[in-house]
Amino acid sequence: MQKTEKKKLTVKDILKNIVSRQIFIPIAALLALVLFNLIMDPGFFAVTLKTNSAGNPVFTGNLITILDYGSELAILAIGMTLVTAAAGGQDISVGAGIAISGSVILRVLCGSTTPWPDKMQAPIIVAFLAGCLAAVLCGAFNGVLVAYFKIQPMVATLILYTAGRSIAAWVNLNQLPIVNDKSFGYFGNIIPGIPIPTPIFITAACLIIIALLMKFTTLGLYTQSVGINESSSRLNGLNPILIKFLAFVILGLCVAVAGLIKVSRLSTINYSVIAKDIEMDAILAVALGGNVLSGGKFNIAASVLGAYVIQFLTTTLYKYDVRSDALPAYKAIVVIVLVVLSAPTVRRYLNGFKKKLTLRLSGKEVG
Amino acid sequence: MNALVKENVVLEMKNIHMGFPGVKALQGVDFSLCEGEIHALMGENGAGKSTLIKVLTGVYEKDDGEIFLKGYDKAVSIRSPQDAQKVGISTVYQEITLCPNLSVAENMYIGRTAGLGQNWKKMNSDAEKLLRSLDVPATATQQLSSCSIAVQQMVAIARAVDMDCKVLILDEPTSSLDDQEVQKLFVLMRNLRERGVGIIFVTHFLDQVYEVCDRITVLRDGKLVGAFDIKDLPRVQLVAKMLGKDLDDMSDIKSEGAAYEGKDAHTAVLETEQLVSDAGIKPFDFHINKGEVNGFTGLLGSGRSECVRAIFGADRVVGGTVKKNGKVIKIAKPLDAMKNGIAYLPEDRKLDGIVGDLSVRDNIILALQTLKGFFKPISKAQAYKFADEYIKLLDIKTASADTPIKSLSGGNQQKVILARWLLTHPEYLILDEPTRGIDVGTKVDIQKLVLKLASEGMSVTFISSETDEMLRTCSRLVVMRDRKVVGELSGEQLTQNMIMNTIAGGNRDDAEN
Repeated sequence: MQKTEKKKLTVKDILKNIVSRQIFIPIAALLALVLFNLIMDPGFFAVTLKTNSAGNPVFTGNLITILDYGSELAILAIGMTLVTAAAGGQDISVGAGIAISGSVILRVLCGSTTPWPDKMQAPIIVAFLAGCLAAVLCGAFNGVLVAYFKIQPMVATLILYTAGRSIAAWVNLNQLPIVNDKSFGYFGNIIPGIPIPTPIFITAACLIIIALLMKFTTLGLYTQSVGINESSSRLNGLNPILIKFLAFVILGLCVAVAGLIKVSRLSTINYSVIAKDIEMDAILAVALGGNVLSGGKFNIAASVLGAYVIQFLTTTLYKYDVRSDALPAYKAIVVIVLVVLSAPTVRRYLNGFKKKLTLRLSGKEVG
Repeated sequence: MNALVKENVVLEMKNIHMGFPGVKALQGVDFSLCEGEIHALMGENGAGKSTLIKVLTGVYEKDDGEIFLKGYDKAVSIRSPQDAQKVGISTVYQEITLCPNLSVAENMYIGRTAGLGQNWKKMNSDAEKLLRSLDVPATATQQLSSCSIAVQQMVAIARAVDMDCKVLILDEPTSSLDDQEVQKLFVLMRNLRERGVGIIFVTHFLDQVYEVCDRITVLRDGKLVGAFDIKDLPRVQLVAKMLGKDLDDMSDIKSEGAAYEGKDAHTAVLETEQLVSDAGIKPFDFHINKGEVNGFTGLLGSGRSECVRAIFGADRVVGGTVKKNGKVIKIAKPLDAMKNGIAYLPEDRKLDGIVGDLSVRDNIILALQTLKGFFKPISKAQAYKFADEYIKLLDIKTASADTPIKSLSGGNQQKVILARWLLTHPEYLILDEPTRGIDVGTKVDIQKLVLKLASEGMSVTFISSETDEMLRTCSRLVVMRDRKVVGELSGEQLTQNMIMNTIAGGNRDDAEN
C-alpha cells in the first residue's frame, strides 16, 4: 500500500518535471499531431519498402517524408537558436544564404565553360567547401554588423536578405546550371543500396557535432551568458563580440549544409524559389522550441523538435489535400495556438490556476 | 501624531501569505500605515520586505490575505502595478526601473497620459517645474541615461511624488545617494508627511531610520516580528529583532581578524604608475601590499570606481603602467587581469554582476570557467561541488544550486558574485560597494570575510559609501576628490573627521577641532 503510494508520487513528480521543462512545448505539439493522425487514419504512419524509378530500394511513407524534408529546417534551427541566444535577434538572410552557397556549389561543379557539362569539373568535396566558405563569409558579414557595429540583427541581415538571391544569380551569370552526374544527387536523395534518404543522416551528423560542441566546449554557457548580460559577461573575461560573431559563423555553416541538400535534391537551382521563406520557418522553429527570442537561455533540441513539428504539420496538411497556396493559412492557425499556449502570460495563468486548485484541494483535506 | 487611531490608518494589510516555488516568502504578515507618517520596514535579506512591497504594488499576486485602503469599504484587489497606481499607491524601487533611453520628462509621465494625445510642451514644462521645486539637478529634455545613478533615482522619486499618491513606497531609495542628496530627499519626505502622505521607507541604513521615521515594522524570515513606535525601540533592540539574536559588537570586527604576518607582508603585490583610463579620471599612483586591506574613499562620482575599473581593465586603459610583484604587466581587458590573479566585484550588481537567468551554479563557476578556457568545460558534477561548497561557506540562501540567481534577494546575489571570484582564488580582490543594498547581518559577514581573507594573505581593496564600514575594515585609505587622488590616510589618521576633511579639501590641521 505504502509502496504504491510512493510510486504514484514519483510518477506525478516525473510528469511535473516534464511539464515544467522547456522541451515540453514542442513535444506536446508533436504528440497532438501524432494523436490527430492516429485517430483520422492510422495508415499515416505506415512505412513500406519500395523500389524507386532507378531500381533502388527505398523506404517510403509520411514519417520518412517528414524526417527527409524537415532536414534543412532542423539544421538551420541549430544555428538560428545560437544566434537568437547570443545576439537576441534573428538572421533573416538564411534563405538567401542557401541560394548563394548552393549557387557557388553548382558553379564549382559545372566549371566555367558551360553550365550543363556532362561530367563534374571538380570533386564534390571541393564544391562543398567553396559553398561553406561563401556561407561562412555571409555569416561573418552579418556577425560583424551585429557584434561589432551593434546593428540590430533583423536590420543587419536585411541587407543579405534583399541582395542574396541576386548575388546567387550573379555567381552563375544568371544561367541555370545542371549537374548531370548522378553521384551529386546522393546528398539530397538516396545513396543506391541504402534505403533511407541521405538528408536524415546528414541531419543526424549535424546534431551529433553540435552535441559534442556543447559537451566538450563552453559554447553553451558563454552564449547564454552573453545573451543574458553582456556587460557582466565582459567583466567575467568573456569577449561578447567574438561570441556573437561565432554564433553567426556557426549559422553560416548550417546554411552551407542546408544549401548542399537543397541543390542536390534537384541537381539544379532556381534562384528566386530555392529555400524561399525558410528563414521564417527557422525562426518559428526556435520559437516553438520555447526559446526566448530576445536571447539568453536556449535549448537546441527543443528548436530541432520545433522544426520537425512544422514539417509534420505541412505533411499532414498535404495528406488532406490542402492546396499548397492555402497551406500557410492553416499553418498560421496552428502556430497561433501553439505560440499563445507557450507564452509566459498564459503559462503563468495556468500555473496560478493549478496552484489554486491544489491549494483548495489540500484545504479540503485539512478541513 | 504617532497615535494609532483607527480613522488615521490609510493602509492595512492583513494576514498576507505569498510563496515562491520552494520558499515561503510571507507567512501571515500584518502591516498598517497611518496618514502622515514615515514608516520604516526593516528586516534582513530574504525577510520578505521586497515581497511585501511587491504584493502591495501588484507585481506579485498574494496567495492569501486582505488589503484595506482608506476610502474603500471593502478589501481592494491589486493585481497589477496599474491597479496600485489607480488606488493611490506609488513606488520607487530599489533598482531603478525607468527607461534609460527616454528623456527625463518622458520617464516622469510615461504611462500616465489619458488617451493618445500628448502635449509635449506642457509635459516638458511641468516636468521642469517639478524638478526645480525638488532641486533635482536634471533638465526635462535630457536623456535619462546621461544622468548619474543618484539623479536617476531622484527622477524616479519625482515621478512617484507627482502621481498624487496616498501611499508612497520608497524601496531602498538612498542606497545610491550621497549624504547631501539623502538630506534633500529627507526634506522632501518630511514635506510629504506634512501633507498627509503615508510613506513606507525600506532601507538598510539604521541612521536614516532614526532620523526620519515615526514607526518601524520588523520582518524576519517572512514573518512579522512586530510594529513599534520609534521611541520605544532603541537601535540595539531593533538590530536584535531583525537578526533574532544579539549582534556582535561591530567595532570588534577589526580586532578579530589577525593581521597577515607572512615574511612578505610589506611587499607590494600590485602597483600602478600614472595609470589612466578613458573614463575621465586623472592619472593615479596606487599600491597594495600582500595581506593588506585598503580602500578608495570619496564622494559619489569622485572616481573611486573608475580607478579600480582601470586596474581590472574594465575601462580602456590609455596610459600608465601596472606592476605585479615588481614586474610590469599589460592589462587590456578583464581576462588579462583575471589571469594575473585579480578579481573585481563591480559596483552595479544588477547590470555588471549577475547573469540573471542563469542558475546560481552557473553564476558561481562563470569566472573560473573563462579562466580555464573554451575547450575545458567544468563538468556538471564538479560545478555542483563548487556551488554547494560556496553556498555552504557563505551561507547563501537559495532553494537550490539550480535556482536562477535573479530570484534571490540582493544580499544573496552579492554573495554568489563573491563566491564566483573566491572560486578563482585571486591574489588581489577588488570589492566595489559590496555591501550596498544589503542587510546588516550580511554586511557584517562580508566585512569579517574580507578581514579573514586578508589575514590569509589575500590583498583586498574595499570601496564603500559608508565611511564607518571603511574604517572598520581598511588599514589604509586613498582619498579621491573630483576624479583625482588627493591624499592617503593610515594609522592614527583614520578617523571620520580626518576623512571628511580630506574629502572636502579642508586644512588638515582643522581636522582635530
